[in-house]
Amino acid sequence: MEKFIDNLSPMDLMRSEKMSLVQLIIPVESAHRAVSYLGELGLLQFRDLNAEKSPFQRTFVNQVKRCGEMSRKLRFFKDQIIKAGLLSSIHPVVEPDVELEELEMQLAEHEHELIEMNSNSEKLRQTYNELLEFKMVLLKAGSFLVSNNNQAVAKERELSENVYSSDRYVEASSLLEQQMRTADQSGLRFISGIIFQSKALRFERMLFRATRGNMLFNQAPADEEIMDPLSAEMVKKTVFVVFFSGEQARTKILKICEAFGANCYPVPEDFSKQRQITREILSRLSELETTLDAGIRHQNKALTSIGYHLTQWMSMIRREKAVYDTLNMLNFDVTKKCLVGEGWCPVFAKAKVQEALQRATFDSNSQVGSIFHVMDAVESPPTYFRTNHFTNAYQEIVDAYGIARYQEANPAVYTVVTFPFLFAVMFGDWGHGICLLLGAVVLIARESRLSTQACVRAYHKLGSFMAMLFEGRYVLLLMSLFSIYCGLIYNEFFSVPFHIFGGSAYKCRDATCSDAHSAGLIKFRDPYPFGVDPSWRGSRSELPFLNSLKMKMSILLGVAQMNLGIILSYFNARFFHSSLDTRYQFVPQLIFLNSLFGYLSLLIIIKWCTGSQADLYHVMIYMFLSPTDDLGENELFWGQRPLQIVLLLLALVAVPWMLFPKPFILKKLHSERFQGRNYGMLVSSEFDPDVEPDSARQHHEEFNFSEVFVHQMIHSIEFVLGAVSNTASYLRLWALSLAHSELSTVFYEKILLLAWGYDNVVIRLIGLAVFAFATAFILLMMETLSAFLHALRLHWVEFQNKFYHGDGYKFKPFSFALIAEDDD
Amino acid sequence: MYGFEAMTFNIHGGYLEAIVRGHRAGLLTAADYNNLCQCETLDDIKMHLSATEYGPYLQNEPSPLHTTTIVEKCTLKLVDEYKHMLCQATEPLSTFLEYITYGHMIDNVVLIVTGTLHERDVQELLEKCHPLGMFDSIATLAVAQNMRELYRLVLVDTPLAPYFSECITSEDLDDMNIEIMRNTLYKAYLEDFYKFCQKLGGATAEIMSDLLAFEADRRAVNITINSIGTELTRDDRRKLYSNFGLLYPYGHEELAVCEDIDQVRAAMEKYPPYQSIFSRLSYGESQMLDKAFYEEEVKRLCLAFEQQFHYGVFFAYMRLREQEIRNLMWISECVAQNQKSRVHDSVVFIF
Repeated sequence: MEKFIDNLSPMDLMRSEKMSLVQLIIPVESAHRAVSYLGELGLLQFRDLNAEKSPFQRTFVNQVKRCGEMSRKLRFFKDQIIKAGLLSSIHPVVEPDVELEELEMQLAEHEHELIEMNSNSEKLRQTYNELLEFKMVLLKAGSFLVSNNNQAVAKERELSENVYSSDRYVEASSLLEQQMRTADQSGLRFISGIIFQSKALRFERMLFRATRGNMLFNQAPADEEIMDPLSAEMVKKTVFVVFFSGEQARTKILKICEAFGANCYPVPEDFSKQRQITREILSRLSELETTLDAGIRHQNKALTSIGYHLTQWMSMIRREKAVYDTLNMLNFDVTKKCLVGEGWCPVFAKAKVQEALQRATFDSNSQVGSIFHVMDAVESPPTYFRTNHFTNAYQEIVDAYGIARYQEANPAVYTVVTFPFLFAVMFGDWGHGICLLLGAVVLIARESRLSTQACVRAYHKLGSFMAMLFEGRYVLLLMSLFSIYCGLIYNEFFSVPFHIFGGSAYKCRDATCSDAHSAGLIKFRDPYPFGVDPSWRGSRSELPFLNSLKMKMSILLGVAQMNLGIILSYFNARFFHSSLDTRYQFVPQLIFLNSLFGYLSLLIIIKWCTGSQADLYHVMIYMFLSPTDDLGENELFWGQRPLQIVLLLLALVAVPWMLFPKPFILKKLHSERFQGRNYGMLVSSEFDPDVEPDSARQHHEEFNFSEVFVHQMIHSIEFVLGAVSNTASYLRLWALSLAHSELSTVFYEKILLLAWGYDNVVIRLIGLAVFAFATAFILLMMETLSAFLHALRLHWVEFQNKFYHGDGYKFKPFSFALIAEDDD
Repeated sequence: MYGFEAMTFNIHGGYLEAIVRGHRAGLLTAADYNNLCQCETLDDIKMHLSATEYGPYLQNEPSPLHTTTIVEKCTLKLVDEYKHMLCQATEPLSTFLEYITYGHMIDNVVLIVTGTLHERDVQELLEKCHPLGMFDSIATLAVAQNMRELYRLVLVDTPLAPYFSECITSEDLDDMNIEIMRNTLYKAYLEDFYKFCQKLGGATAEIMSDLLAFEADRRAVNITINSIGTELTRDDRRKLYSNFGLLYPYGHEELAVCEDIDQVRAAMEKYPPYQSIFSRLSYGESQMLDKAFYEEEVKRLCLAFEQQFHYGVFFAYMRLREQEIRNLMWISECVAQNQKSRVHDSVVFIF
């Protein structure tokens, strides 16, 4: 047996990759290149040797800062490009990498250019806005004045004194001065201007308060929207004209205008002047527009040329920064000529790493080569599984619970099959299965297109749900295939049974078939060859039959899976050479579970094979209550009673067996080891290497007997109680599958068939639509989710707690590919 | 209903309490301050802060940094957090949150009015205002000539209006007036806030009354020390003290007649909580008093987080962040002016 197990070829995913702690000594001149080659390789996880230093005390802090500065500039470019609406034109262009210094200069140049252009266009934009506002004020305020003129001719004279000199209209301040000229005359005057629409109401109220109501406020919304230079958004503004009298009121109003950010423009009274100014303004506006357009074109050109390189530059800066961050984790050796780094590396990748280091030495013309050697590790290495498209999702399911301890048995190997299968037991309907299959096939067919960067990003935007669905496409595929299989066994297609594998084994008692649903049918030929006979459907005993079938099946599946878990714990113990765990944990656990629930499974199988009428509840309950009593009609096979007594005794013995010996033996071992140390260190140094890394750590720890004992007690109690509760927990397979089939029956019978009963196309269509929606949303989405969650629970709790520690940590190599993913 | 907040608090306040406690976990720790104090340049400070929650706010700043930029961005973060919480809050928490900003509002009003009195540019003044204390028509404050106008034009629209009832005079504004106005407003504000918290009841009232009483007492001491040697009469001084707190009313009587710092000290040492503050100072010294008070305040604010189901955590968090920003400002100033030996003078460690 032992030999047989030894000869088993190792499974790929069963154990995580063998890791070794390696030390690199790299000459300073080739360090940068070496680290970037390692980043491309992506198979070495550096350890931070400067953890106690704060970020700005490290060696390459200046380079990191420079990279930070450059990425800030790049972000600025990106913002500018997005603002200009040019993002769609970005195509990543592959060009030879430029030197960092050169790039830094280029970026600085570009930034300078852009900032200058921005300030220029901002100035132009401001002038343009002022002119535009002036135009609007002229149009609107002019009309107020006209209507005023008609009403009050007396005011006209004073208003006309608001002289306007056409050569000074550009600067707002001079406009105000020019208004001052007329200020010393008393009487009614006005100020006209423009203000944000959102502020207009408060502005008016404030004016009213400040002048104690001695003013007249006219307003009209501006026709065009004006671009706000700060936020670059189009805002609505309101043109206003305030009529007032008195010098004090004037200063107050001007102050309030300033406080509210309202721009004031004088409007001449005279019609001809107004027209003349308007004309001039229009011509200047068109001039400015062309200048602005030219500026924008120029800017867009510059931005486009930057945009061509932007993606490449960004990824390059990201890489450079990562390289320097990694270099910061390395130590200088005593001579200050070499950098010393430590890291984890999978054993299979050692040659590749060495090759990369050699390449770096060669490429940078270094006199001295890098040194690469393996060190002894005290701490436990990281866990690294080499997964592919298909297994990745399953590994994720396991990792979500906890990362496997280094080299312990990986449940993902079995999860690949058991997870979709348990899901399917709860979701057994081949109609629904085909729907899921279609979805999975669509996702897989478009895999290459969807997994490109841009689409993944789009999917992330679309919602994490779609992204999750895409990640789990192969899980979905297997889930749907198994659903079809289980659906065929349950013989349900959207809850409708079909005669796929030949005719039913039952027929009616007479030709009228009047009592088919009450008195029952008679069997007239061999059983239905595959799955459930379609005749059960709608019969009186349909539910009891299916319940009994599914319940027993759940228990069989559960006991099988839990046994697999316990057997895996044996493989773990073997792998880590811990005979203690084999003898005092694995054996009693196996005996305990199988003497109770293994026996129950046996009974179920015998009952199915013999067609016996025995009551299994009764058998199991009285096995505990009165094991010596006669079984009577419940006896399934000869010698059942003595077997039960033996099994019960075995189960009772197994409990103290798994509880007591282990802590006591550990204590004895510890005290022996402690004594042994007094004689000499030779023994322990021989002893160390072949012990598992985990126990290597325990050497240094204080042995606390009470703690170990309590720990063992908790574990034993958990297992004993868990054997019962976990088996019961597997009944969820039955419950969910029942719920699923009942729900789909309800939708089929109460919605689709009901609607079909009417001879009306509209009602039929409505019924069909409701049925389709209910199927899609409730059965295909919510039921899938709930079955998924329950399958997840069965794996995490019932299966994995038998053997899985899950307290490792993941291998995170320094890799450019991973960095790129993180940033997106 | 005292003691039964646990039953109903989380219906409306649970989410935000969780948020604010999460924010609190982002406050800089003693280790962060130690690292910051070792910085050589402002860039180092930026680099260190980029690893903290301030990172996203500082990352887009071009390299020659100024102290003001750092402080501005850090304040911006606080304001963003405050606005987010205010948006999510329901009554009475939203009112409570608004109360927290009134102090800044008073300071801003005083800043603008003093500034215009000295003929400073309004835009420049607006930039100096604390963003939490902004209100819509704050720029129009410059229009007002005296208290009455100030009230009638601008403040009648703001939540500060009720606090103004005591200081509406037709006198022209001058420095003394403004300072008295600030303290009168503050007194009215604190009393109103105190009453509001009492009305809320429960743990909120208990914790907030302690924090606000401390605030009131500290203001009383500061008013006393600042008014020594000015023309403020004893009665006027007495009027500026808030009508609650540990010192009310007998301590106020004593403070009102103090003529120098040692008399203040004698008056305060009768109160055990303040005895420890004053016992750390040497006689005749008032420089370090501010720091001592800040330290005591931080200690009390941190204690507010020890209880659950009350609004005091929001007040405490805002105050702690403000203290943190003060610390950052001091550290960056010291770094910028090469005065690193003085870094520890004014930094109050929060944890």
